[in-house]
Amino acid sequence: MLHIVNKSPFENQTLDSCLRVVGNAEGDAILLTEDAVFAASKGNSNESKIKAVMGKVKVYALWPDVEARGMQDRVIEGIKMVDYGGFVDLVAEHSTCQSWL
Amino acid sequence: MGEEMTEATGGIDFEDEEASGVVKKFMFVNRKAPYGTIYALEALEVVLISAAFDQDVSLAFLDDGVYQIVKGQHTKAIDVKNFSPTYRALEGYDIEKLYVEKESLDQRGLTEADLLVDVQVMSSADMAKMMAEQDIVISF
Amino acid sequence: MKFAIMINEGVYQHQATDSAYQFAKAAIEKGHEVPRIFFYHDGVYNASSLTEPPQDDRNIVSRWQKLAKEHNIDMVVCIAAALRRGIKESNLAEGFRISGLGQLVEAGIQADRLVVFGD
Repeated sequence: MLHIVNKSPFENQTLDSCLRVVGNAEGDAILLTEDAVFAASKGNSNESKIKAVMGKVKVYALWPDVEARGMQDRVIEGIKMVDYGGFVDLVAEHSTCQSWL
Repeated sequence: MGEEMTEATGGIDFEDEEASGVVKKFMFVNRKAPYGTIYALEALEVVLISAAFDQDVSLAFLDDGVYQIVKGQHTKAIDVKNFSPTYRALEGYDIEKLYVEKESLDQRGLTEADLLVDVQVMSSADMAKMMAEQDIVISF
Repeated sequence: MKFAIMINEGVYQHQATDSAYQFAKAAIEKGHEVPRIFFYHDGVYNASSLTEPPQDDRNIVSRWQKLAKEHNIDMVVCIAAALRRGIKESNLAEGFRISGLGQLVEAGIQADRLVVFGD
């Protein structure tokens, strides 16, 4: 399943909840969009949490949102950037998607 | 509009073969508390409509969504409709699969006994497995 | 592939409808179909004929109208959510139609994927 998270991890618990529920779901993917891309920046307090799931779950971030927020030079290694076309591909590749709102 | 509007079907002409017959697993994910925002109420309205389509419907309650089904909601003083009894009515619509994440209850100092409707409490891991089985997940 | 889209937030307040638009556009560019977009909660405001954004910023409503017209997208606004928020036939932007929640369920049944954009 593709999990789409769009809220800043500093604003509320959504990313935490997503990681708690799907962190061990081998083969799942998490796509960070909109304000959630802040979780993809080096040195942020969620970095270790995100790296911890990367073994089982692929983590992506939406590049246009990263760039819009000035985070493009500080993305955590291992988080793959995708554009909107890549976003579409991710939705197509996974049989279901869930938006964590 | 050119379509038959009925209250139960919300605008669907059931002579359309494509719409009837296919059964998908729909999961409605509730993660927000009631009353502070409208998402809980309007989510329930979607759930009720989905009953008319003979789909395989389940509801998941996580995070603040668990507050939607706690006992003892009295809304007279805030003058907002108390829609919590509707969760008990879901059974009458053959919507009986209500799943609650245990960690969400624990975080809030709640137990199954605090809930106003029969649910299946499950761990985060089991919730993930449940979600993975769905065809469509709708969040609010 | 057929993508159905659900939009739960209105214009300008949240990025949801912008993200949905860019997604829909990219899906179409890749040769997919977007047969229906369902507007729920504050998403019904995407169908308002009365918005007047500043000239130097994107016009969300007309952007949707153009995409829908060019690519035959059924833009459906939930009647219950719309009435609550004062969106009616008289102030409904062209290219949108008001209908019931069943259209969302139907879209989920008929499409290959349903993507929800909200807050």
